[in-house]
Amino acid sequence: MQNRYSFGGDEHLFVECDESMSLEAFFKSLSMTNAVRDSQIKGVTEICPANASFQIKFNPDIIRPDDMLREVQAIESAASKTDPVIATRIIEIPVFYQDPWTHETLMRFRERHQDPKATDLEYAARINNYSTVDDFIAAHAGSPWFVSMVGFVAGLPFMYQMVDRPRQIQVPKYLRPRTDTPKLTIGYGGCFSCIYSVRGAGGYQMFGITPMPIFDPEQKTSYLRDFMVFFRPGDIVKFKPIGREEYDHTVEDVAAGRFAPAISDVTFDLREFQKDIDGYNARLEGMINGR
Amino acid sequence: MAVKVLNPGLSTTVQDLGRPGYFHLGIPIGGAMDRLALRAANLLVGNDEGAAGLEAVFIGPHLEFTRDALVAVTGADMPIKLDGEEQPSWTALKVRAGQVLSFGFLKTGARIYIAIAGGIDVPIALGSRSTYPIGALGGFKGRAVAKDDELPVGNAAGGEEGRSIPEPLRRRPGMPAELRVLPGLYWHRVTEESHRNFFDDQWKVAPEADRMGYRFRGGRPLQFVERDQPFGAGSDPSNIVDSCYPYGSIQVPGGTEPIILHRDAVSGGGYFMIGTVVSADMDLIGQLQPNTPTSFVKVDMDGALKARADRAALLDRIRSVFD
Repeated sequence: MQNRYSFGGDEHLFVECDESMSLEAFFKSLSMTNAVRDSQIKGVTEICPANASFQIKFNPDIIRPDDMLREVQAIESAASKTDPVIATRIIEIPVFYQDPWTHETLMRFRERHQDPKATDLEYAARINNYSTVDDFIAAHAGSPWFVSMVGFVAGLPFMYQMVDRPRQIQVPKYLRPRTDTPKLTIGYGGCFSCIYSVRGAGGYQMFGITPMPIFDPEQKTSYLRDFMVFFRPGDIVKFKPIGREEYDHTVEDVAAGRFAPAISDVTFDLREFQKDIDGYNARLEGMINGR
Repeated sequence: MAVKVLNPGLSTTVQDLGRPGYFHLGIPIGGAMDRLALRAANLLVGNDEGAAGLEAVFIGPHLEFTRDALVAVTGADMPIKLDGEEQPSWTALKVRAGQVLSFGFLKTGARIYIAIAGGIDVPIALGSRSTYPIGALGGFKGRAVAKDDELPVGNAAGGEEGRSIPEPLRRRPGMPAELRVLPGLYWHRVTEESHRNFFDDQWKVAPEADRMGYRFRGGRPLQFVERDQPFGAGSDPSNIVDSCYPYGSIQVPGGTEPIILHRDAVSGGGYFMIGTVVSADMDLIGQLQPNTPTSFVKVDMDGALKARADRAALLDRIRSVFD
């Protein structure tokens, strides 16, 4: 897996770790962006990891583009020798699947969907060969996910399923994007799940909704007082299916400042993960709140 | 309070030079689309170049001043009026308490910049006063200004009535507009013939043109180099595994209508990009009206850096007006 380097105008260096999405490509992107940050190259203004690529914004008045390129290429050879291990955190995200709000929205935009007669979940379950929606939800909530990119709009996490490729869920985006998506919708497009941080347009299939805010520009939410964006690239997410009652309770708790997300610090080792994916995931999940 | 909004215009937002540092979380740099125009307006009224002013697109606001102020309007060519009486643009204007600043119909360009001595003094959010409406962040309550808003203005620090930026230092797009582009990113995804067509064809600014991105129409569709789509990329040949988007990058969904991402860019997505508008020409895009004929001009990195140096030299000449 050799990086491909290209300049995005005179202020960006764009680096593609691989054309295809894989955990290896994501991990390389994350490791390299960490190494670039640690190297403190003068003139670097932003470091943005993406799913299988990353981007560095720099000031060409401080560092010439060719020098920027050489610095990052030097890091690539060093990064390939470092262990594929990161210190990160695992977070449990409660999800009310098949909720009334995304259902109302998806019904409004049926003519933009591949299968107007089915719901987004029924369609996704069918094309991924699950016999029931419940089986499909069990698969979506059954393994952890890597936050492989935060972006598009403020604080929106793209998440990549931590299972081997044959088991990965894939769903196309809507034929034409919707003009509306409820805030905190759990979405799916291509091989990525996401959480819509704000209400707005969107093309991902809608599976459910979380009561847990992930972006708060006013920083009134108890766990977003230090910073308005919840997710960071490299976070590991585990979805926990909840019903209407728990959803309503959690919404109240968030409003009252009583809700604290379940988070644990973990060290992730790609080699150990690949040796025994299911076993490794089970150990990761066991670490949520020290359970 | 110093300025009351009687009529907000079409979309008038508080903008400064933006909030770098949060693009990796999806929060764009934002700030004035035409940064040279904002800097010039601020210099005219004695502000720091990066003070917050108002950016109004296509239609100017009506603003009532509750105390005396020094004001300058730069950017697009739009008649400026004080209590109905026409005033010069790119010039420091004395406004008396009770007077109303308003605007006539837009002639050329797209965005005016209104600087007020002391700067618009809304709270700083993540290092900037710029408005990012999608995230309800910064600016006046996280949104465009509305009728009856009362905008706070800071304390003025000098500035002199009647000073003006000379005509040759007012940078504007040509007709047709020419935007210099460094090919790259996913340039290899389209054929050599499409490479040539993209630069040979004349495009027009589409109605879908805002602070997030400018769409263009009218050129020939791009043809893709055939390949098996990589895992995770999606089935359309214009799809890629979602990546970061540089500011100024040109994505062409479906190969048909190029979109140049601007100051309020989405930070990433799944469309291939053919290249990037050089940093020096980003200001010009902010002054393009829908239907403006536009050509993309191919440059290499040396050309991009030369354009950057030329723009910096122009800014120095604007600054030297105030020496």
